[in-house]
Amino acid sequence: MALAKTHAISLLGLSGTPIDVEVDISAQLPAFVLIGLPDASLNEATSRVRAACSNSGFHFPSQKILVNLAPASVPKSGSSYDLAIAVAVIAAMGKISPQSAEGICFIGELALTGAVNSVRGVLPMLLAAKLAGFTKVVVPEANLAEAALVEDLQTFGCQTLGQAIGWLNQTEALSVQVENLNTQKAPSHALQTLNLNQVVGQSQAVHGLIVAAAGGHHLSMIGSPGSGKTMLAERLPTILPPLTHEQALELAAVESIVGSSHLQNGLDRTVRFQAPHHSATMPSLIGGGFGVPRPGAVSRAHHGVLFLDEAPEFQTNVLESLRETLESGKVTINRSAGTATFPAEFQLILAANPCPCGFYGSISRQCTCSALVRRRYGSKLSGPLRDRIDIRLDIQPVRAAYLSTLDPADLTSSEQALADVITARECAKERLKSFGYSKNAQIPGPLLKSKFNPGKKAMLQLDRQLALGKTSMRGFDRCIRVAWTIADLAGLTSPTAENVAQAVLLRGPDQMLGEF
Amino acid sequence: MTKDRLWLGKYGEDQASDFLAARGYKILQRNARNSDGEIDIVAMDGSTLVFIEVKTRTSTFSGHPFTAVTPAKMARIRRVAAAWCSMQKVASSQVRFDAIAVLVHGGRVGIEHLKQVV
Repeated sequence: MALAKTHAISLLGLSGTPIDVEVDISAQLPAFVLIGLPDASLNEATSRVRAACSNSGFHFPSQKILVNLAPASVPKSGSSYDLAIAVAVIAAMGKISPQSAEGICFIGELALTGAVNSVRGVLPMLLAAKLAGFTKVVVPEANLAEAALVEDLQTFGCQTLGQAIGWLNQTEALSVQVENLNTQKAPSHALQTLNLNQVVGQSQAVHGLIVAAAGGHHLSMIGSPGSGKTMLAERLPTILPPLTHEQALELAAVESIVGSSHLQNGLDRTVRFQAPHHSATMPSLIGGGFGVPRPGAVSRAHHGVLFLDEAPEFQTNVLESLRETLESGKVTINRSAGTATFPAEFQLILAANPCPCGFYGSISRQCTCSALVRRRYGSKLSGPLRDRIDIRLDIQPVRAAYLSTLDPADLTSSEQALADVITARECAKERLKSFGYSKNAQIPGPLLKSKFNPGKKAMLQLDRQLALGKTSMRGFDRCIRVAWTIADLAGLTSPTAENVAQAVLLRGPDQMLGEF
Repeated sequence: MTKDRLWLGKYGEDQASDFLAARGYKILQRNARNSDGEIDIVAMDGSTLVFIEVKTRTSTFSGHPFTAVTPAKMARIRRVAAAWCSMQKVASSQVRFDAIAVLVHGGRVGIEHLKQVV
């Protein structure tokens, strides 16, 4: 039998396509040829597979070995086909019965020694394999914990090519993940050293942060250097509820592609905090890359926090590219190899100085910037982007005199805040359940006016703001959303006039930075 | 090239030639060469003109003889073959390129013949 077939999965973004790996050995001058639209990285598989096979005791015949990856129209890339190719070649050599590998999907990269190395993207690949109707999948042993997250699929971990062949010949056993680690792991708090009560003398900002956490509202903080913007932002994940199983799984698929997943101890339900440096490029933030689209920071912050410190220092086009993502909660990236969609539902925090010198509007120091410089700096955060921010905090530096009067017992700890946030979120979830939403920030405008109108009396101040042109229609809606969150935190059934007033305050003025 | 290896190559070609002749091939020319390269054996298999590359080795230590017949080598053989045809004015409706591996080891000779390798 000089013909054999195995299966692999091709991954583009998060969606996988099952691939048939066909091998034909024919009496021709010795050659090892890979066809079916492989890219340069996949073509290298021929060298790896040849060495791995011969170092595992399977010497290639002096014949022509033709490997076809079908469907040939799907561009293929990467090293995850190695194992499937090697098994198919060995099957075509007649070292295993071709039937034994039938219907089994193989994922793994081969080392020259014949060892099976871990690969990226195992989780989405397995989800695709399951969807395609496979029941058995062989993965690198190092990826077995990740593979176990996919239910109703028999996954086997192998360490070497020889082991996989032995298993197919039923002379050896492969390891199986018995324990289902799905929901075991508590959120690992690498954040445990961070606590909200370490933020001293910023009780208003802390309150704003809690409201943002409770409603899932985007937040911006403008203040002079050293006033605690970064410190506040870093503590937001400590007051956000841990991810649900579904959320953690969505995120794990993204991290599996990026190669940053740590699933050895089960699903990580920690809220992620992504803080890209302001030199970030569009592909690094939104996703992209050469040829094959890869997820960016917005997707790695899925169901978590994206913190852009020194926001005006980011390239304008990079910042503006966030606009669509903020609205849709996903990113679609087109590249030569195809189109990929990644989830990107994140909570945005922007931090900025009010002007280049950092002291405009500060009560402690005099600003040295000219009006023009200030305006130019502020305009880097465009109106449309700033309009999408629900809560805009003005952070003032803490005064020594104020510190001395402070009672440490008055500081809100992360534990207290988290309890409040969870209660408020439950409240919102219950109310929004029938509309398919879970957070106040998600309520669409029309629904705010019909179902979630706080009432004429409560809206008096906001209506006047709108009438005077002090707020846009979008800003008007955003204030109502924030007001609902404040009401949820206070345990009220509907926002009062006071709640709406607080929301207007948190929303802040619509003017540009440095134009107060 | 050492004398021994020259002799080995010649010996292998002789063996291949006998092998082909025994199978009814009519040997037209041995070592047909031009400035571009050389064809070890030119023969007729019935009405088909066959150009044959012979590779001889005494062990498979550095790989099977066929592994030394690279695509580049076959490309050169095709070029020489084209030149040979126009020079010899041989008319044949069919042309084939073959490779023969000769393994000489411990007084025994093994021959493998691959047809239509290009």
